[in-house]
Amino acid sequence: MPNLWFTEQALSEWMRSGGSHSEIVISSRVRIARNIQHHPFPLLATKSQAEEVLDVLAPVIDQDQETGYGSFQLFKLDELEELDKKVLVEKHLISPNLANDSRGGAVLLNEDESVSIMINEEDHLRIQCLFPGFQVREAWERATAIDDIFEASIDYAFDDRRGYLTSCPTNVGTGLRASVMMHLPALVMTKQINRILSAVNQVGLTVRGIYGEGSEAAGNIFQISNQITLGQTEAEIIDNLHSVAIQIIEHERNARQRLLTDSALRITDRIMRSYGILSYAAVMDLKEASQRLSDVRLGLDLGILKAPSISVLNELNVKTQPGFLQNIFGDKLSSTECDMYRAKLLRETLGTTH
Amino acid sequence: MVCQECGVRPATLHFTKIVNGEKTEFHICESCAREKGELIPGTSGGFSIHSLLSGLLDLEAAGKGKSDAASTVQDVRCEECGMTYGQFSKLGRFGCSSCYKYFDKGLDPLFKRVHGSTSHVGKIPKRAGTRIQFRRQIDELKEQLQQAIVQEEFERAAEIRDQIRKLEKEIAQE
Repeated sequence: MPNLWFTEQALSEWMRSGGSHSEIVISSRVRIARNIQHHPFPLLATKSQAEEVLDVLAPVIDQDQETGYGSFQLFKLDELEELDKKVLVEKHLISPNLANDSRGGAVLLNEDESVSIMINEEDHLRIQCLFPGFQVREAWERATAIDDIFEASIDYAFDDRRGYLTSCPTNVGTGLRASVMMHLPALVMTKQINRILSAVNQVGLTVRGIYGEGSEAAGNIFQISNQITLGQTEAEIIDNLHSVAIQIIEHERNARQRLLTDSALRITDRIMRSYGILSYAAVMDLKEASQRLSDVRLGLDLGILKAPSISVLNELNVKTQPGFLQNIFGDKLSSTECDMYRAKLLRETLGTTH
Repeated sequence: MVCQECGVRPATLHFTKIVNGEKTEFHICESCAREKGELIPGTSGGFSIHSLLSGLLDLEAAGKGKSDAASTVQDVRCEECGMTYGQFSKLGRFGCSSCYKYFDKGLDPLFKRVHGSTSHVGKIPKRAGTRIQFRRQIDELKEQLQQAIVQEEFERAAEIRDQIRKLEKEIAQE
């Protein structure tokens, strides 16, 4: 049994340093999709064909090899327990698709969990790099460097005209998906969010709520990413996302200031109430927890609250997810038990800061 | 609004996509999305891009008008993995990298719709790269050549022509 260190901490090591604009941007992510020539895509691959791909790709990043990003460890999905897979998904280290549907699926994780390389997901190879705060350029630079390591020994499926060939037509060309995860409570409260999100859609970017259902974003956390992968260079895609994100950061900042000047008492009350409820409630469902944690996060930035730290909040966002709760308090919790343990966890974490 | 799939339940999932000002909308109810196996329990909901794409691809065949014309398009088969265009348009995903070659005819309109563009301008694998980089340079030079001719700058045109010849020779030698 491999060492499952990733189940021990809710917050990956890479998330512990803040990064720029960390009061609004939680994290930045880049993933690139690649496939090997003359192998059917994972969708059609038989188990043995998928294992062949795994045998070709996994040794490229040797566990002892010095990549500059710490040592890597390989986890095969069919050797992991359901709960461990859930934890990997909740920490955004693998996709739900790799966890549930893959044949011969595996992930190469580095020590601080900032690089996760998925094998036999929708494409043979998906290189994902995560950075705290607003560092989408840094994330791209690392991802492309890791891509170069693979490319030195792997013949990629590449076409002069279409670029990197991917299983899904929405990824063809650069195979690049870059995203920033942003906390936008003031834009939601001031009802500007829909206008801004539809504007974002018009410039080839897409927005979705994270941890949420449908278009409703739990905890006011939104993920903004590029939609177009063909006909633009990687630099253009990253720059486009970068400049739109900067504008959204500005809008959110202005909206926060306006909340403070126009309705200081109301906003202070809301934040203090949420902090109080999180610190003392006996039952807490996920939706309420996300919303109240969002209020507390806003309170920190506005100087209304002095504690807890952003890092504790980031940790709670992951720890209050169902998989992680079961990881802490034992599996097969009923949903009522889940809500009870979630409240307990919140009380214990926030209560000590009084 | 009623779900586009079942036509019975109200649509609760809405998708809008705008590429180059062209708008495509899709409205579906949650249970239809679930039925399609697109909702993954315990994770953020929504139905996958693949079913949305297959809508676009069906549109493609429908746009061709006559049903027999559409059915021959559907029957085009990738010789490497055996996937047909019909299957591709249902799944919204290619079976292997050769599908791109066999389905090439249908792809320009699809890529135009999804990406607003049909060809790659980004990163190139280093090892396969020199040939492609030369080819890109040649394409650029050819455009410049045309401009030079239009502007009657024949000396510059001759220079560009020589550069193109030199690059073409280098490709041939490789």
